[in-house]
Amino acid sequence: MNARAQNVALPDGRRHFHDGPIDLILEAFGDRREVEAAYEAAARRFAGILDELCAELPLLRRPLASPPQGAVALRMARAVAPFQQTHFLTPMAAVAGAVAEEVLAAMVGAARLERAFVNNGGDIALHLSAAEIFQIGMVGRPDQPSLFGRATISAFDEARGVATSGWRGRSFSLGIADAVTVLAPTAAMADAAATLIANAVDLGDHPAIKRMPARRIDPQSDLGDRPVTRGVGALSPAEIDTALGFGAGEAERFRRLGLIEAAALRLGERTLLVGADASLYKQRAVSVSERSHAPG
Amino acid sequence: MSESDDKIRCDACPVMCYIRPGLTGACDRYANEDGRLVRVDPHVLLDATLSHGGRVAPFAQDAENWGGEIVGAPTFVTAIGAGTTYPDYKPAPFIVSAKVDGVDMVTVVTEGIYSYCGVKLKIDTDRHLGAECATVRADGEPVGHVTTGEYGSQMLSLGGVNHLTHGAKKEGRVTCQTLLDLCNGKPVELAVDGGASLIVEAGKPPIVNGAREHRMRVGCGSATIGMFARQWHGKVDEVVVVDDHITGVLSEHQAGKLLGARDTGIRMKGRRSTPGRYFHVAEPGAGWGGTNVSNPLEIVAGFNPKAAWPGMTMLMVSTTGEQHAFYRLDEALKPIECELPESLRESVERISENCEPALCTVLFMAGAGGSLRAGVTENPVRLTRSVRQSLTTVTVGGAPVYVWPGGGITFMVDVSLLPRDAFGYVPTPAIVAPIEFTLRLEDYAALGGHIDEVRALEDVIARHGERATNVFLDGVIDRAPKSRRV
Repeated sequence: MNARAQNVALPDGRRHFHDGPIDLILEAFGDRREVEAAYEAAARRFAGILDELCAELPLLRRPLASPPQGAVALRMARAVAPFQQTHFLTPMAAVAGAVAEEVLAAMVGAARLERAFVNNGGDIALHLSAAEIFQIGMVGRPDQPSLFGRATISAFDEARGVATSGWRGRSFSLGIADAVTVLAPTAAMADAAATLIANAVDLGDHPAIKRMPARRIDPQSDLGDRPVTRGVGALSPAEIDTALGFGAGEAERFRRLGLIEAAALRLGERTLLVGADASLYKQRAVSVSERSHAPG
Repeated sequence: MSESDDKIRCDACPVMCYIRPGLTGACDRYANEDGRLVRVDPHVLLDATLSHGGRVAPFAQDAENWGGEIVGAPTFVTAIGAGTTYPDYKPAPFIVSAKVDGVDMVTVVTEGIYSYCGVKLKIDTDRHLGAECATVRADGEPVGHVTTGEYGSQMLSLGGVNHLTHGAKKEGRVTCQTLLDLCNGKPVELAVDGGASLIVEAGKPPIVNGAREHRMRVGCGSATIGMFARQWHGKVDEVVVVDDHITGVLSEHQAGKLLGARDTGIRMKGRRSTPGRYFHVAEPGAGWGGTNVSNPLEIVAGFNPKAAWPGMTMLMVSTTGEQHAFYRLDEALKPIECELPESLRESVERISENCEPALCTVLFMAGAGGSLRAGVTENPVRLTRSVRQSLTTVTVGGAPVYVWPGGGITFMVDVSLLPRDAFGYVPTPAIVAPIEFTLRLEDYAALGGHIDEVRALEDVIARHGERATNVFLDGVIDRAPKSRRV
């Protein structure tokens, strides 16, 4: 480990890794020795990740021009590439998911696991062997944590990544979604797609929406002077539906391109689902269920 | 570039964020406060300590020659820590990562950490709050239980991992809020199953069933007899000190016997323990001396005509002196209430006078097992041993703690010694509290500390770009790190 990185066993058996702005919660399931081996491998891999990323940070903060060097950076670049045709996007849009993927890959490479996850601030990489499933709870607002829905991912699904984006989170959003949760083949792809779908949930020049150039808040933001959302006032149900509709259109387009499996879009008390019932197979495999009401 | 000059560059990690005033870096842990880089959580505490008039120990006048003794309490010396006080998490909103309702994990736009903890609540009252082991609820949710009755007070145990994370989701959330409010000195409403409703607040009198307590009892009924026997002797024939735990009877009590008190033939209800000491004279309640009695004669079964005599006088008084009645036996040996003679008034008032103010006191208890120690040393068990051997002093927000013997670093701290709002939470749910380890540099090296992170105090002060934790000079906090300006 480098001097900063922390590796902590949580009382319920999960691990918490922390280094700089990265917080990972991870857990492996399987034979005890295999699990221990997986944690060791994860810790070893984790120790170098932040320094590796930072070495290429200026490159990663711009739309991709030349291929980066680091393994995590490559995952980021690969994940954002399909979206770059149509959107302004830098590899940083996939950084959280890519880190989760990289650590998970180290675990799976070192041990035989039934299932495992690496959760990087809501961007989650999953490993599932036959017949295993993961239940994912979705939260709309970090300041009022309650589940607005759940997703079940089984070993038969293509999705191995889950990510959530929204303006209330730690990363900037150009849109007004409280949360957009995406299931995608990889965590880095889910991360990038969630960012773009959340950006698309928007109402344009609406008086209730406060925006500010990203660089006024973070001088190094890859978003430059693009206006990021800083506050959303009261919206009518019709406005909420309109905004969610824009996002759902984007999500549906990504789904048809095979970039995502499903998405749940949350704004106010409304949730819109995309890809939850695309086909009989998908319905069985990827089910995103909405709760009749969200508590709290 | 047209950037204004007031952003600073954080060097806490290789991301090297530029941070604008009033904002945090990418990690949400370091912030720019008026051009200086500050740790968001723990730094706040010491300013608050000072602003509340709290004492902090001056550090470093002679640090090189410091022998490792405790220099004063509350002591807060962190410049030789691991470059961090821990846990270093922003109170909230930071994470959601609980296992709830069969869900394996939760996805949300941000993530952080947890803790193991609870509070021990001492409520100074003789009133019956509930049976031992009875569930204590807040907002309808079980958050703890009634534990032992102690001297003049009742103990509640609230929180703990079983309520925080092993119960239902709402139970955890309400427990967390209850602990947070109590630790931060806010009033909390509690209800005991089959018992009282309470409003408790650290350092304030408890409110039991809507009535504010004023005094702790001076002692149990028997002890009260012992304390005041001499003042009563010769002024009254019998004294009964009504107490739910041990009711005292002067004429039978050893103290009365020694003074040559005459047998009064009084027959008490309840069970006699030793002469002049009675258990269970009534049911517990909100009446006299923590019993359910409002008419004290209810606990007197009668008088033996062979010993009692008409005109005999009797004082009945509660253990706080708040209730008292004076009786004279008539020809039929029936007690008739009369006005309290002036000669006895003083003794009753003295009982009150000797009662301390009734308070609620809150001890925060938490275990700093694995997680915390890793931030301090690469060999965590050595830190535990070091604390055991008193080489390392543990403080919480600068306040002294009691560290439990045995495994781990499980400590208790009086929350009133911490600055207000020193505690935070994460929605896991769990409580976030500051903690500091103070030890000699060589001991720190010996236990495998992150010695590379240690900076000499002069360096820290001289080099404004350096990062460290709080530094005290002549009792004034210098909020290092002063980050270099950009």
